[in-house]
Amino acid sequence: MTTVLKPAFQRPVSLKDVQTHFCPGCHHGTIHRLVAEAIDHFDIQERTIGVASVGCSVFLYGYFDVDVVEAPHGRAPAVATGVKRVLKDRMVFTYQGDGDLAAIGTSEIIHAANRGEGITVIFVNNTTYGMTGGQMAPTTLPEQVTTTSPYGRNVGSEGYPIRMAELLSILEGVTFSARVAVDSPRHVLEAGKTIRKAFQCQVEGAGFAFVEVLSACPTNWGMNSLKANERVGREMIPYFPLGVFRDHTAKAGKKPQGESKLSHLGKKS
Amino acid sequence: MNKRLFVKGNDALAMGAIEAGCRYYFGYPITPQSEIPEYMSRELPRIGGEFIQAESEIASINMLLGASACGVRAMTSSSSPGISLKQEGISYMAGSELPGLIVNICRSGPGLGGIDASQADYFQAVKGGGHGGYHIIVLAPHSVQEMYDLTMLAFDLSDLYRIPAMILGDSVVGQMKEALVPHSYRNPGLPSKNWAVSGKGGRKEQSIIKSLYLGDGELEAHNLKLHERYRILKEKEVRYEGVELEDARLIVTAFGSAARISKTAVRMAREVGMQVGLLRPITLYPFPEQAFRKATETCGRVLCVELNAGQMVEDVRLSVHRDAEVFLYGRPPGAGSQPTPEEIFEQIKKYYEAIS
Repeated sequence: MTTVLKPAFQRPVSLKDVQTHFCPGCHHGTIHRLVAEAIDHFDIQERTIGVASVGCSVFLYGYFDVDVVEAPHGRAPAVATGVKRVLKDRMVFTYQGDGDLAAIGTSEIIHAANRGEGITVIFVNNTTYGMTGGQMAPTTLPEQVTTTSPYGRNVGSEGYPIRMAELLSILEGVTFSARVAVDSPRHVLEAGKTIRKAFQCQVEGAGFAFVEVLSACPTNWGMNSLKANERVGREMIPYFPLGVFRDHTAKAGKKPQGESKLSHLGKKS
Repeated sequence: MNKRLFVKGNDALAMGAIEAGCRYYFGYPITPQSEIPEYMSRELPRIGGEFIQAESEIASINMLLGASACGVRAMTSSSSPGISLKQEGISYMAGSELPGLIVNICRSGPGLGGIDASQADYFQAVKGGGHGGYHIIVLAPHSVQEMYDLTMLAFDLSDLYRIPAMILGDSVVGQMKEALVPHSYRNPGLPSKNWAVSGKGGRKEQSIIKSLYLGDGELEAHNLKLHERYRILKEKEVRYEGVELEDARLIVTAFGSAARISKTAVRMAREVGMQVGLLRPITLYPFPEQAFRKATETCGRVLCVELNAGQMVEDVRLSVHRDAEVFLYGRPPGAGSQPTPEEIFEQIKKYYEAIS
């Protein structure tokens, strides 16, 4: 009798076998993998539509092997609303950075959440605008130096970092809201479970799910990968506590899901 | 289906959209177009559609982008200030080659302006109102019947060319009631939307809807492709109405509600034996350049009537025969500034009598 050995570690099917453009030490790659693992876990690659945002995560379609719609800056939750209302039985997720979701797109995320749109939102918080070169973000920590807060973020004039997971958790339309980090093996495992839960919420038709992921941006923080990784635990987690802030998955139950009307679409080989 | 109805222009537009298969509406309240979302919020849930009153104009255009990316007919409607907010999304739709209907029942401006009939959004509509150098299809109804008919046409042209389409109206065509004969929609044999996202579902290749092109030469090629489509639009899809142009010694041109008033003025002129015709652009983009060129080979004078300080007149001047003279009767919008047929007739007389 032959024993078939299962590989202990392999690339998720939903993730393409390509190099990413992310900087060394950036956590986007890890978070991409966790999202892809969740898609594989529920075997929904064939019926998933990702909505890309503007920023470092815009190249979503280059890394995930799923259908993708690219949204204007901050508008991913509105675009995802349009997609989900048409394709009710498909899985729709957005993947947004902190400038995108917590500054220019604040209105769209709050109202999509409040309507209880049946989508999954992955929110990557690295306390800075990565793509544009490290400017102050709505999540930039007090006293943090960025290219547009060169003397450190002054909360007196620039306000405080926004805790989005907590903010959304008070909305009745939200089914699940949590914050995780990916700075240690234990945190990565927990983050994987939480992201899976956020997708499960949608698979079961339970409503709007939100996961904030604390993430390092070594390049714009001016740190090496190791130091940047350490900063997540040392500076970010004390301000942005990890945890589940709302979990109504048990009582949300199954919402009725209509059939998608796709007869108008031609087949593509 | 061929019953005569007495309805408002805005309601006729909504009826035409539903008849054309539109089942998704996203919008935000603004005068003078509120009948459209009200009609849609009442009718769409009854027929398995979706109506969302969005948190903003910005959200509603992006919901339209998302729905359209799935390959269905969808629309939004608003009025001038709201259309300004939508320009970001319209540019993304144009760049992403997404069809979709945007209705602008114009208010007067600039800024908050007023709610009176205005054509001051002509430039914004036909020159590509957002960033990046693109065009959208722009249709200008001048009757309740056309609010119904041109809405169907807008969906067809938008789907065929994968270019967003706009109905450009104002409070006159939106709010007035007159006879409408609704008719059934017939699909003119449009190609299937195999570009739409649906989840890969057995397909080898992903469907990707995007407007970002960073590779060497990619964006230039993308732009040239879009502009080739605009050229084909100009060649094949121009629509206009000509009234008594054959023997005209003066041509009046106007679109939408201004054309409606001008028609009466032209009739008044004919009644007293003046050889005056009317050329009414129905497609504002593509603009009827050739029609103007041809008509001005024999008629050397054009009077352009607009409810603004002069916008379409620029396109008229670019289109006419080089020897033709173009005059403007522009009435910037505001309460009490709608010209009467008599006032336009006075203008006609002024330029007609100057013909030696």
